[in-house]
Amino acid sequence: MTTPYQQQAPQQAPQPYAPQGVASYVSPIPVRRATLGDALASEWTKIRSVRSTMWTLGVMIVLVLGIGLLSSVAVSSSGADLGETPVLSLGFFGVLLGAIPVITLGVMTVASEYGTGMIRTTLTACPSRSRVLTAKAIVFFVVAFVITLVTTALVGLLQTAMLDGVTPTGEDWLRATLGVSLYIATLGLLSLAVGSLIRHSAGAITIMIGVVLLPLVLAMFMFSETLADLQQALFEYSIPNQLGVFYDASVTSSGPSGWDPLWILAGVTAAALGGAFLALEKRDV
Amino acid sequence: MGLHTMIEAVGLTKRYGAKTAVYNLSFQVRPGTVTGFLGPNGSGKSTTMRMILGLDEPTSGHVTIGGHPFRKLTNAPRQVGALLDAKAVHGGRSARSHLMSLAQLSGIPAQRVDEVLGVVGLQDVAKRRSKGFSLGMGQRLGIAAALLGDPQVLLFDEPINGLDPEGIHWVRNLMKTLAAEGRTVFVSSHLMSEMAVTADHLIVIGRGQLLADMSVKDFISANSADFARVRTPQTEPQQREKLSSVLTEAGGHVMTEQDGAMRVTGLALPRISDLAHEADVRLWELSPHQASLEEAYMRMTQGAVDYRSTADQLAGFQQPMQQPGGYAEPAAPQQGWYAPPPPQPGGQPPFAGAPLPGGPAPAPGYAAPAQAPAPGHNPYAAPAAPPAAPPAPAAPPAAAQPPAAAPAPDLTKSDSDSPEDAR
Repeated sequence: MTTPYQQQAPQQAPQPYAPQGVASYVSPIPVRRATLGDALASEWTKIRSVRSTMWTLGVMIVLVLGIGLLSSVAVSSSGADLGETPVLSLGFFGVLLGAIPVITLGVMTVASEYGTGMIRTTLTACPSRSRVLTAKAIVFFVVAFVITLVTTALVGLLQTAMLDGVTPTGEDWLRATLGVSLYIATLGLLSLAVGSLIRHSAGAITIMIGVVLLPLVLAMFMFSETLADLQQALFEYSIPNQLGVFYDASVTSSGPSGWDPLWILAGVTAAALGGAFLALEKRDV
Repeated sequence: MGLHTMIEAVGLTKRYGAKTAVYNLSFQVRPGTVTGFLGPNGSGKSTTMRMILGLDEPTSGHVTIGGHPFRKLTNAPRQVGALLDAKAVHGGRSARSHLMSLAQLSGIPAQRVDEVLGVVGLQDVAKRRSKGFSLGMGQRLGIAAALLGDPQVLLFDEPINGLDPEGIHWVRNLMKTLAAEGRTVFVSSHLMSEMAVTADHLIVIGRGQLLADMSVKDFISANSADFARVRTPQTEPQQREKLSSVLTEAGGHVMTEQDGAMRVTGLALPRISDLAHEADVRLWELSPHQASLEEAYMRMTQGAVDYRSTADQLAGFQQPMQQPGGYAEPAAPQQGWYAPPPPQPGGQPPFAGAPLPGGPAPAPGYAAPAQAPAPGHNPYAAPAAPPAAPPAPAAPPAAAQPPAAAPAPDLTKSDSDSPEDAR
C-alpha cells in the first residue's frame, strides 16, 4: 500500500486514526464510480482472453469462407449455368453452418460464468447485475456482427469475381452482408439470452440448435393434408428459410420477405433478453 | 467512525425449498478485528456469506454493510472484497486476465492487478491459465481478487483450504494485518484450531443458527475445562470400577475415554491420588489436562451436526430386527462419530421404548452414550460389545451400569466427550 497512489491522495496518509481511536481504513487508490464503460472493457477482456472464443470464431470464419468458396468453385468448374439464381446466394450454406458456432459463443458468454462459478465473483465486483448483462450483450453482439460482416462481404466479393451471373444490385449486397450479419448476430444474442435463462451451456446450446432446426424437420414430416397450413408456416418461418430470404433463396414465394426476418428475430430476442434481465435481477446466483 | 464498515445481520433466514439453510441469524462484525465464522460443514456459513454479498436474497431478515445492503452500496467492490470459492474462476483464463477483467469492472487502475499478484505471490504464473493451478494457488488467486479493490470490508470463505503450511501462516498474518489497518475482516472456517490463532472474535453457527457470539478469550475461558486423566491397571477392571465409584461418591465426574482411561473433573489431582490410595487402587496414570478448544467447539456444535437421518432409518430396519436376526448393532454409529445424542425428550422413536438405563444418572462416564440405550433394547447389541472393545472392563450383563461403551465399529476418530454437555 505504499508509493504509487500516494501522490493522488496525500492528505489521507497522515491521519489513519479516527477520533475515537478506532482506525478506519482509507484506501489510497482513488475511488471512482464504475460505469457501463468499465463493464464493457471488462467483458471485452473476458471474451478475448479465453481460447474457446478464438476457436468458435475461427470455426465460424472457416465455415463461412470455406463453404462459400467451395460452392463457387464447384459451380464454376462444372460450368453450370446459374441462370436466375443470384450469385450471392451461394454464400447461404456457409452462413447457415457458421451460425452454429455463433450460437455456441453466445450461450457460452453467459453460461460459462455459471458453469465455473465465475458469475459470483463477477457480481461481487459489480452488484449491478443488469449492467453486467448489458455489457455482455453489447460486446458479444458487436464481435459477432463485425466478424460476420467481414466474412460475408469477403465471400460475396470472391463469388462475384469468380462467377458471372446476374450482377447483384446494391440492395442485394446490403441484405447479403449487412442484413445477414445483423440476423446472425441477433440469433447469437438470442442464444445469449437463453444461456442466461438456462444457466447451463449444454442445455442452452441444445435448445438453440432445436430452435434452428426443429421447425424445418417437423415440417418435413407433416404429410397430412390437414396440416398443410402449419407445414407451410413452419417452413416459411424456420430460421434457415428466414436466413434464405436475405439471399432471395427462400423455398416459398409467400412468407417473410425483404428485411422481415430481421424484425421477427429482433422481436423474439428482445422478449428473451427482457426475460433474462428480469430473471437475473430476481434469482439467487 | 469505523461503524460505517460494520456488517450487521438481523434475523437472517434463508430457505431453499423445504430446507432451512440459515435461521434467524443476527450478529455484528466489527472493524479492526478478525472475526471468525465457525461452523461444521453445511451449517450455513457460505449461504450467509452469499447473502451478505447480495448474491442470495434472504427469505426474511436482512444484512447490511455500513447500514446499506450490498447491492445498494456505491462503489461496492471498493468497499467490500470477497473470496467465496477458489474454483470460481474460468479455468481457461490466465490469472492476470482474470484479475484484469475484475479490475476493469470496478474501475480499478490496471497497475493494481500487478500489485495484488505480487502480494499473493503469483507474479510468476500470472500468464498461466488458472486451470492448471493447485487448490492453494487458486486460493491465492481468490485472495488477490478480494484485495483488488483495497476495500475496508473483507470476507473470506475458508481461505486456508488447500494451502501449504507456509501459505496458512501467510494467510493468518494477512488477516491480522488487514484487521490492524482498521478493516473489517470476516473469515469462515470449520477448524476451531485455526480460528483460535487467527481470530479475535468468534461467531459460531450450527445448522444455520447462532450458537455463540463472543471473543476468543471468553470462548476459551468458558469452554476449556480442566480435567484429570486417570488410568488404572488394565489387567484389573475391578480396580477401575472401584475407583470410579469412589471418585463419584467424592463428588467427581468420571467419564470413560476411548482407550479405557478415566477422565475426571471436579476433583483436584492430589485428592484423586488420596482417594485412590484409601481405596487401595493402584494408578498407572494421573495427569492434568485441559480440554482443547477443538473439543469445546465440538461439544458446542455436536447437537447441530446433522444427525437427521438417524431416526427414520432405524425405524425402517427396526421391525425385522426385532425378530431373531444376525445383525449386531448397525445402528449406533449413525449418531456420528463422537456425538452423544442430544437430549431429546421423547425423541428417537426406535429407542423411545427402552428405559434408557444409562440415562442421566449412572453414567457420567460414557464416551459414546449413544450406544448405551441400545443394549437394553436390542438383544443383538450386547454380543457386539466385548469383541469390539476388549479393554472395556464393565461386564455387559452385570449391572446397573450399562456396558462400557463399545467403540462403534466405524468410529474413525477416537474422542471422548462429556455427556453432560447439555446440548
